[in-house]
Amino acid sequence: MALNPDLIGRTYPPSEPYLVGREKIREFARSIGDENPAYHDVAVAQGLGYADVVAPPTFAFTFVFASAAVVILDPDLGLDYTKVVHGEQSFVYSRPIVAGDELVVINTIENIRAAAGNDMITVKSVVSTTSGEPVVVTTKVIVARGTDAQ
Amino acid sequence: MTTNLKFANVEVGTKLPALSVPIQRLDLIRYAGASGDFNIIHWNERFATSVGLPNVIAHGMFTMASAIRVVTDWVGDPGAVVEYGVRFTRTVPVPDDGVGVLLEISGEVTELLAAGRVRVTLTASSAGQTVLGKAQAVVQLA
Repeated sequence: MALNPDLIGRTYPPSEPYLVGREKIREFARSIGDENPAYHDVAVAQGLGYADVVAPPTFAFTFVFASAAVVILDPDLGLDYTKVVHGEQSFVYSRPIVAGDELVVINTIENIRAAAGNDMITVKSVVSTTSGEPVVVTTKVIVARGTDAQ
Repeated sequence: MTTNLKFANVEVGTKLPALSVPIQRLDLIRYAGASGDFNIIHWNERFATSVGLPNVIAHGMFTMASAIRVVTDWVGDPGAVVEYGVRFTRTVPVPDDGVGVLLEISGEVTELLAAGRVRVTLTASSAGQTVLGKAQAVVQLA
């Protein structure tokens, strides 16, 4: 079932810009039960030095996940999405995301390797503003479970 | 980034206040809506068990988002989290029994870094078993 290792290094075109909404940040924070006022109260966030409410540390995954469909569904990769689980996830921030940011994501397949009958795919997603300011780099490892491991 | 928590006041071994997060099905449905991750294994028991899972399982990203609350509650300013990474080592099954499960999270400073930063190592467990591995954050202190 091995995935095509020739795709290591493939970079996909930038995503459409994602406009970070104040209400989306509040909705996301509520969904994890987090009342931190920096996520909800503009005045508190501004008191901390931000232009608007701040996004929780893992918020970026929401639009990065959507942007990574180009990788997951790449026919050259040959991934069976029904056999995929999330193995690892990381975020390295240049600065926090705040409401009003307009962000683009560039996805790259950083690695494909086999381990214990599974394929592990590492996807790096570089998130910047539409004017090119770096914001966050997220890396995820997805595990494609091998048919021999079922 | 503005926090009142001073680098000089923490050391390796400093414990962060722990957090218990109760998880019920409704929480997963709410997270699915907020995050856009509608994978069926997070809300449909019939489907989840048909693919060999013990039950509906929580989104790994829900667990990851919950775990870092120990750090953001501690520092106050969420922007102080400059790095955060985890491995998803076990699933968190969430039964539809009106009770759900508890996610227990604790954190400890495990390394002092340059420029007023510290590494915090998080432990997240459910039903007595850890569910995240290598869960670490780098936090900017004052």
